[in-house]
Amino acid sequence: MSKSKSLSPVWWPLIGLAVLVAVNLALNPAFLNVTVLDGRLYGLPIDILNQGARGLVLALGMTLVIATGGVDLSVGSVMAAAGALAAVLLAEGHGLAVALTAGLGVGLLAGAANGLLVARFGIQPIVATLILMVVGRGAAQLMTNGEVVVIKNDAFAFVGNGTVFGFPFAPLLAIALFVAAQLFLRRTASGLFIEAVGDNETAARFAGLGAARVKGLVYVICGLCAGLAGLMAAANIRAADSYRMGENMELDAIFAVVVGGTALTGGRFLLLGSFIGALLLQTLTTTMYNLGVPPAVAPVPKAVLILVVCLLQSEHARRWAVSLVKGGKK
Amino acid sequence: MASLLKKLGSFAAGATLLFAASAALAKPLTVGFAQTGAESAWRTANTNSMKSEAEKRGINLKFADGQGKQENQIRAVRTFVTQGVDAIVLAPIVETGWEPVLREAKRAKIPVVIMDRKVQTSDESLYACFIGSDFYKEGAMAAEWIAKNAGSRSKIVELQGTPGSAAANERRKAFADELAKNPALKIIDSQSGDFRRSGGKEVMEAFLKKHGKDIEIVYAHNDDMALGAIQAIEEAGLKPGKDILIVSIDAIKEGVQAVVDGKINAVVECNPLFGPKIYDTIAKIKAGEPVERSSYNVDIVIDSTNAAALIGQRQY
Repeated sequence: MSKSKSLSPVWWPLIGLAVLVAVNLALNPAFLNVTVLDGRLYGLPIDILNQGARGLVLALGMTLVIATGGVDLSVGSVMAAAGALAAVLLAEGHGLAVALTAGLGVGLLAGAANGLLVARFGIQPIVATLILMVVGRGAAQLMTNGEVVVIKNDAFAFVGNGTVFGFPFAPLLAIALFVAAQLFLRRTASGLFIEAVGDNETAARFAGLGAARVKGLVYVICGLCAGLAGLMAAANIRAADSYRMGENMELDAIFAVVVGGTALTGGRFLLLGSFIGALLLQTLTTTMYNLGVPPAVAPVPKAVLILVVCLLQSEHARRWAVSLVKGGKK
Repeated sequence: MASLLKKLGSFAAGATLLFAASAALAKPLTVGFAQTGAESAWRTANTNSMKSEAEKRGINLKFADGQGKQENQIRAVRTFVTQGVDAIVLAPIVETGWEPVLREAKRAKIPVVIMDRKVQTSDESLYACFIGSDFYKEGAMAAEWIAKNAGSRSKIVELQGTPGSAAANERRKAFADELAKNPALKIIDSQSGDFRRSGGKEVMEAFLKKHGKDIEIVYAHNDDMALGAIQAIEEAGLKPGKDILIVSIDAIKEGVQAVVDGKINAVVECNPLFGPKIYDTIAKIKAGEPVERSSYNVDIVIDSTNAAALIGQRQY
């Protein structure tokens, strides 16, 4: 147990994920079965990846924002706005490129607005992004007239439903983004810049870092991720539901990041941890379906597992648990 | 000075004339309507029905959007009382906490019609009547349709609405009660898709992996979830409506279209077009006629026999 101090925080959500898969396998041996159907992979693990792709993309952007000590509450609403605009443009007969650009553009603009408020005007991130959380959904409802807009464009549906060599496209895209982000942030000094701003903004600025610019940029990236997630969500169900799309997704993204070992206080961030955290959340949801937990009860086991992983993540809680075990032996 | 007086005089004359004319036309009814908000397509259709029907009847409708908050609705009702409207229609966002403001309306002798959802009060006389949707009956109608048309199929999966919502609770309970009379039919799994299209798809995907070909019938608490489930079924290489029977509730336009296309087998209507019934009731109250304490909108079942005929007149 003494080694636990040097253990990477990534292990704790991974252990949670492993336990979850083990429980599923014990109660339903077919849980990990993957077959090929109509030339595409078919099975619960594929569903988890496919449905979890949006959460993964959101968690990526959220990790960077949280690393600077901020938070972005607007991602769910930005998802709805991006998906709604893309759906409306497609319904008006515009092509795929226009829809995708517009959706990502919504994300970019939203991120820039958040970045401006937080980095330039020094407004608290919770308050600054809360504004767009409200406005974004309102804009989405305005664009769609409060109706569900159905998408008939097959090329667009590919973003959320397509397969590459039988493997679903959405998770592939999410994984590619994570790898690209990891390489870029860790092979260059940019990751360090973000951590420096999160650790101590004043010190970072005195060290000659454009702290405000770094902060602004992470919100732009987070906004772009939210825009992409919105496109994926709309493509997945071939419809933009401006009322419900992305609802509470901001909380899921924050959960994924925190469970993955990135502290809300900023500083050190772990992209791999967020990746596993997001997968853990989606696996939890699927587990409830797989085990037939009644929907009214389902939030309880979910909350318990998240609590356990959060406790494992806490140095104090671990030490306390160890001392309890040792104390018991005496 | 003289010209000004003249102007004032003619204005006064004009005003008197106007007043006399409107009095002769039997003063138009003014109705205050406190809506919950605009949270769903159903709600939007409901609002539109109230507005268009008021216009048709020459009723002066004062509309207040509660934006999902009870305090906004209470404020709206209070304003209606101050303005001295002829009647108030309230679609309460929650069941409790309405007594004080309803008492104010009663003191001002303004009848209040509760629409869609119920309110809990210790004093029933605080409102004139309740007009709503019968979620329980809708669930029972869905079960009856299945009992009649399922043939040799028997295994049902249920896509529930948001846990705790009245619509989900009643539709689930009624369905279970009705199934108890048909021992051949049974629910093999039931999960919540949260009334969302994405939820319906996600849950159905999991059901299909878990139960495979065992699933013979899908019962969805609303059309959106059924439409999501259809996508999951198609992606699993099965034919919705043929390999798996699908029955849902709401009858939004897209749902009825799916019935026409043969992808949903039956939808039970949950009619949001309350306008005509509400204003009929208000007219009765104003004329001093007795009205039913609580009454429900009439809902119908739409399946392959009548869908094509009804799709054209679908407003929502």
